[in-house]
Amino acid sequence: MPSSLIDADSVMAVDVGSCTTRATLFDVVEGSYRFIAIGQSPTTAAAPFKDVGEGVVRAIENLQEITGRIFLSSDRSLIIPSQEGVGIDTFVATISAGPAIKTVIVGLLNDVSLQSVKRLARSTYTRVVESIGVNDRRKPEEQIDSILRLEPDLILIAGGTNDGATKSVQKIIDIIGLACYLMPPEGRPSVMYAGNQAMSKEVTESLSALTSSLHLSPNIRPSLDVDDLQPASRVLADVNMQIRRSRLGGVEELYSWSGGNLLPTAYAQGRLIRFMSQAYRSNKGILGVDIGASATTIAAGFQGELTLGVYPQFGLGEHLSGLLRYTSLDDILRWLPLDIPANYVHDYLYQKSTYPDSMPATLDDVAIEQAIIRQVLRLAIVTANKDIPANVQRPSSGGLPYFEPILVGGSAITNASTIGQGLLMLLDGIQPVGTTTIILDQNHLLPGIGAAAGLNPILPVQILESGAFMGLASVVAPVSNARMGTPILRGRLLTKDGNETKFEINQGTLDVLALPSGQTGQLFLEPLHRTDVGFGPGRSGDILVSGTQVGVVIDARGRPLQLSIENGRRRELHKKWIWTLGG
Amino acid sequence: MLAPVIHIMPLTTIQRERLLPASGRVVVRMDQKVSPVDVVAETNFGQQHVMVDVARLLGISPGKADELIRCKAGERLTSKQLIAQMPGLISHPVYSPVDGRVVAVGGGQVLLEIGDTIIELRAGLPGTISRIFPDRGVEITAHGTLIQGVWGNDRVDIGLMLPAPQLNSPGDALEAGQLDVSLRGAILIAGHCSDPHALQVAGELPLRGLILGSISPELLPLAVKSQFPILVTDGFGHHSMNSVAYKLLITNTKREVALNSTPYNRYNGNRPEIFIPLPVSQPPPQARDTEVFSNGQQVRIRRNPNIFEVGTLTNLISGLTEFPSGLSLPAADVLLESGQKVVIPLVNLEVLG
Repeated sequence: MPSSLIDADSVMAVDVGSCTTRATLFDVVEGSYRFIAIGQSPTTAAAPFKDVGEGVVRAIENLQEITGRIFLSSDRSLIIPSQEGVGIDTFVATISAGPAIKTVIVGLLNDVSLQSVKRLARSTYTRVVESIGVNDRRKPEEQIDSILRLEPDLILIAGGTNDGATKSVQKIIDIIGLACYLMPPEGRPSVMYAGNQAMSKEVTESLSALTSSLHLSPNIRPSLDVDDLQPASRVLADVNMQIRRSRLGGVEELYSWSGGNLLPTAYAQGRLIRFMSQAYRSNKGILGVDIGASATTIAAGFQGELTLGVYPQFGLGEHLSGLLRYTSLDDILRWLPLDIPANYVHDYLYQKSTYPDSMPATLDDVAIEQAIIRQVLRLAIVTANKDIPANVQRPSSGGLPYFEPILVGGSAITNASTIGQGLLMLLDGIQPVGTTTIILDQNHLLPGIGAAAGLNPILPVQILESGAFMGLASVVAPVSNARMGTPILRGRLLTKDGNETKFEINQGTLDVLALPSGQTGQLFLEPLHRTDVGFGPGRSGDILVSGTQVGVVIDARGRPLQLSIENGRRRELHKKWIWTLGG
Repeated sequence: MLAPVIHIMPLTTIQRERLLPASGRVVVRMDQKVSPVDVVAETNFGQQHVMVDVARLLGISPGKADELIRCKAGERLTSKQLIAQMPGLISHPVYSPVDGRVVAVGGGQVLLEIGDTIIELRAGLPGTISRIFPDRGVEITAHGTLIQGVWGNDRVDIGLMLPAPQLNSPGDALEAGQLDVSLRGAILIAGHCSDPHALQVAGELPLRGLILGSISPELLPLAVKSQFPILVTDGFGHHSMNSVAYKLLITNTKREVALNSTPYNRYNGNRPEIFIPLPVSQPPPQARDTEVFSNGQQVRIRRNPNIFEVGTLTNLISGLTEFPSGLSLPAADVLLESGQKVVIPLVNLEVLG
């Protein structure tokens, strides 16, 4: 194997999703990395295979058919490094398949370390089933009984600033130790400690013999006013992979093929977003959105600082039957452009959760699926926004920050029936503000280049600049308190070839200015009535915009978007908006 | 393309593992015949714990308290049995507050396990013990009719299978008015249920089990609480039971059937199952768990249109087919039992076999 990716020519990235396994090939063409092809197969993590390996090999075989190149030996092993044009030089892998990791979070104070450890848990595919803190009114034995009853896969412990509380931490470690001691050895959880570093030795002595594996990471709350999740989230990614390796067939082999470069898909995506936000150094953040069967993932990067939220409860697969614990059926129904009975939508949630890989074949089913996507995306964005640092630039307190660009992945969007439908789902779900560009990862490249980025920063840069992603739309989303129908924005689009389009936008409308891919233009914006388009309330400005599939979309429907409570009118508006974006 | 498989078979051999969640005792022997409700393994499980903080009660250091504690891990204590005592004229005894078993001693504390209950693992199907996993459980082999479902409420029972009164087609709904005392102890077949009162009455009779083609999601909380097994063969909403399962069930009415309504778990492969034991001279082959889509397969449609209808895959269409949803997907021609030919995305099909 080459010593580094920079020496390597070809890179294969495999992503094992909940429904689909993809093998992506990157190679050097005329001196820079290019996306070459992608092979796919159904994921085989579930029964009857219970082994991701079959799906991985089939995806690579599909890649072989597409490219005409050989990557597998006769015994279906990966040929690495390549020899005489056969095989691959470097292999990286990501995985989101498998049940969410049942997690108990433990901290000291509810609004300090427990908050931090909850956010840490949200940075990967966990399901928090219990929360224990020093202010917990339950007796220690009741806390122990709760842990025993829940049989967690993972216990995440934080608490105490460095050189701060030790007695309280020890007390809580004793409870965890006792609970682990009382579990059958084969059922003991992994434990990760991310608290007061002065206690690391005691934690190791108390817990190492009582857990399936003990992991120590830097303190996520080194001092009261500092919340630093990033080093711990890297350790948590490793813990996640270790749990997957021990519980899911074939993951160990994937780990071996990748030489240890196996990451949770969300972590790899988050790493790329952080990397881009560091490289772009913009006042705006970079937003990554992935809507998958296993989870919806939101990654927001601000000058190298990442907020990563992984929400299995908002995944479009097996968790859909539980979606109504987080939202109402009416909140899903409001996104429907068709008159579909509520019980039909309710049935749909359960049927889809039973068969996560099934696809809508009828008009009604696709309308329901898209309504669900809008709502889960909305829920994920609103939840993630609470974790984004308060000091980042945004038009209103508590509102969504400014992002440029917004990178979107997930077959729910990339496989939408039309580009316009995909875009409208994103505008409705994310409700971006100011000016931004929505870029579609239609080939599902983000996890792979995120995984490779840790070894080779050149590959993601060259792939991102190679045109492998689709510019979906340039978006202007004014924020205004004006009444519906009031003019809130005037402007003109001056294209490079000298064409000028003038426009006036009323509050409550959605409009499109044509600017095809490959063209650029200068967009002059003159907000009215203290409307904010990203330059500040009532401030004018101009930006350079690039041509995209849909063009320049002016989404003046309001923030937050308030849908009409009158069913007929609301459905007509949905149809009108889809039609505006190209059908 | 890999095809999901669901077993709906008139005669097959099945082997199912039954394993305890923790180490315990296997209480059957190899080749022993078992019924679904027979216990095959058991383990003790302490549901609750009580902590006695001796150091705090005596106002001494944990180290000193450890020296005074008189019980050891594993020992059984009765209520008011002495745990520790200070030496001297004023002795300050510490007693066990409850009956229990000492599970840990240290740090000046004693942890007692109380409410010790026995978890009994039942066979779940009638068959023969074909393998023993020491301390963990068994494998059971059986021959007969197998119908797998998609949802179950995690109960096991055996009983005489009867169609619901007024059941004339696989789409007929179960209503409370159909249930009377003559059905007590039966496992009932119905097409659909959306009537919560029907489940309540079924529980009051009680039924030994209920097999439904489909169920309204609103009923699931009630179904989960029902004390008798409920198994759904096809899915959610108001739909007919698939014709293959319906015919197999109707032709086997008045037979004793085993209903294991374990919840569907896509990762470990557990599915709710109806099993009808049948005498065989030669063990029939086991069902195949993996298939690749091919012509001639009997398939069930799992999404609209034609949801839960059964047909024969007659042609794998090359390339992608565009559907009314606007999606372009790999697809197949399917000849339905009605004689109608439909085009269905492969991802919306599962092979019956």
